[in-house]
Amino acid sequence: MINTMECAVDAQSLISISLRKIHNSRTQRGGIKLHKNLLVSYVLRNARQVYMNEKYAEIYRMQQYEEVMTVCNEIQELNPLDLVEDCEEQTGDCCGSANESASLCGALLPVSHQAPAVQHLQPSSACSVPLALQSEEVCKAPEPSFYRSCCAEAYPVSNCDFSPVNNMHCNKTTVLDLDTHVVTTVENGYLHQDCCASLQQCCQGAQSPAKKRKLDFGYYVSEIEEVPDFTPCKRAKFEDSSYASTEPLDTSNISNLISIFGSGFTGLPKPLDSSQSEIPQYARHINVQHT
Amino acid sequence: MAGAGGGGNDVQWCFSQVKGAIDDDVAEADIISTVEFNHSGELLATGDKGGRVVIFQQETENKSQPQCRSEYNVYSTFQSHEPEFDYLKSLEIEEKINKIRWLPQKNAAQFLLSTNDKTIKLWKISERDKRPEGYNLKEEDGRYRDAATITTLRVPVFRPMDLMVEASPRRVFANAHTYHINSISVNSDNETYLSADDLRINLWHLEITDRSFNIVDIKPANMEELTEVITAAEFHPHQCNTFVYSSSKGTIRLCDMRASALCDKHSKLFEEPEDPSNRSFFSEIISSISDVKFSHNGRYMMTRDYLSVKIWDLNMENRPVETYQVHEYLRSKLCSLYENDCIFDKFECCWNGNDSVVMTGSYNNFFRMLDRSQRRDVTLEASRESCKPRQVLKPRRVCAGGKRKKDEISVDSLDFNKKILHTAWHPQENIIAVATTNNLYIFQEKVN
Repeated sequence: MINTMECAVDAQSLISISLRKIHNSRTQRGGIKLHKNLLVSYVLRNARQVYMNEKYAEIYRMQQYEEVMTVCNEIQELNPLDLVEDCEEQTGDCCGSANESASLCGALLPVSHQAPAVQHLQPSSACSVPLALQSEEVCKAPEPSFYRSCCAEAYPVSNCDFSPVNNMHCNKTTVLDLDTHVVTTVENGYLHQDCCASLQQCCQGAQSPAKKRKLDFGYYVSEIEEVPDFTPCKRAKFEDSSYASTEPLDTSNISNLISIFGSGFTGLPKPLDSSQSEIPQYARHINVQHT
Repeated sequence: MAGAGGGGNDVQWCFSQVKGAIDDDVAEADIISTVEFNHSGELLATGDKGGRVVIFQQETENKSQPQCRSEYNVYSTFQSHEPEFDYLKSLEIEEKINKIRWLPQKNAAQFLLSTNDKTIKLWKISERDKRPEGYNLKEEDGRYRDAATITTLRVPVFRPMDLMVEASPRRVFANAHTYHINSISVNSDNETYLSADDLRINLWHLEITDRSFNIVDIKPANMEELTEVITAAEFHPHQCNTFVYSSSKGTIRLCDMRASALCDKHSKLFEEPEDPSNRSFFSEIISSISDVKFSHNGRYMMTRDYLSVKIWDLNMENRPVETYQVHEYLRSKLCSLYENDCIFDKFECCWNGNDSVVMTGSYNNFFRMLDRSQRRDVTLEASRESCKPRQVLKPRRVCAGGKRKKDEISVDSLDFNKKILHTAWHPQENIIAVATTNNLYIFQEKVN
């Protein structure tokens, strides 16, 4: 019987349900069912995308707001008389200048307007990954080695100089090199190399615990409890305490799950180095979105 | 021919028989996992989770009672597969029979292929209704006689005995599949057959057990790049070089074995673009194809995914020619169905003898008859309540929402533990076999 209560189609609960299924499949008779686990991993990925998009949007919005307020405060210190007009003017120009900045405007507007911003954001960033995911080959990136962060495109005015003289059509795009994991920012045609220490730490942090993972199925049960350890690298980046309550499995570890299952099927333990030496391509897409 | 007529609303279906235990406490081993008529329809085989095969035989028609269509009675029962343990991988191999396929009859004996997750077996089912009597050197019970006591010679003769049906394993095709076998299909050449697991398809010769040819391999070099698996495969009914396989992504590939030894490159790819308005967390799951079946005439094929049945014309790859919703009312319940694992149920589908009607199962012991020629469909139920001989089955209706009419059943009242995954249609007559969890129902066309 289906529970007549409306089941929470909530990304977070789907993630935990999916993980539970994957965990339970290990003890089911007949061995791990590849087909079922593949389907569960799709649900896990979909749920994680939605969940991370929501979180990312929220955090980025807060960061942008803080940045703008900081700039406003700085202006205020320099020129207390112009502050209010400038900020409002910039906000208005923001809204008017580019379609993409509608989300940022949404972020700057009172809370009641923030919901539409999230909805606007989701399709634009969801499209970035699923474009690849939904194609026949999951690994195909939109561009060979660089990945355009749609989230960044939605906020073209970040770090813009808010002085009234400047042209508000500032172009800033953040790109992440999938192979080197270096983040670069292109601003007004000039290239900045961002030192993405925290990003690299994230990626490395995601990898090193993975290396600790043993391929022996017998130990997997205890390793599930280690899963929360993977999230600290993300927490270091966002410093958001709301993360502490949920333990979504890091997507790079999802791919490791599959590699663990895969090695189990072949019956031959894969050398740890070869299987976890690089983040697989579809996981890279998702990593980019959230880092 | 009455038998080949439509099975939709023109035909009234009535109860014929039910096989299996009545109690609600179902032993896991008794769960039916496959149902298949042989080519003449005289024999009906079922496989179960306990690794057993039960074969029913249609009794020759009773001339004095033409209304009473011949019944199916147990003909042979044997243990086909036993549970095994793979010590190298520390994996238990289930004995559950995944598929049974009959070979066309060549002589007095019957042959079928049965498979579990790893091993396929060819079984010979033969009758013995006489035995030799009057040996010179042996007593009737088999003990050898003392040669010194033999004074005369006689010629042994065959004397009738009670019919005995023997099943013996003639071939065992083992160790060719790393992943779980989901399909077997006998080729129209009657010499070869294919077996498919999640990632590979192998071609066998029925006489040769120590080797097989791998004809499809979709395993990626890096397992982390795995995006789809093979879910079903079947040979074309007439073209011995053609077969199809379906994938978890909702695509079907048609391959021609004449093109190359390894058929990784398909000849045709059948795929319908996804409707973006229906996108959900579970889109990938519900688009996974659970069964693919060629029509008897070889011009069409049918696929079953979680919510629908699609008929494809082999000459048109970009979309199916017909799509039927099996239980669209479940679309809003996908989350709950994911939680209770029902969303992973693999429903099968089948054609009637002249390809005018298709049938597939659903929940609450409902099954659906989809009449292609009349564009009508009906939902029927296999239940112990409608078990009187020749009782006509009443169409059932599910109320998706709003006010429930009389005789309708609401979606929330459906029993999702009662599922019909396996159905079979007699190749010539309007006789259908429908497997509920542990019972086999046989329904026949109402004869006036």
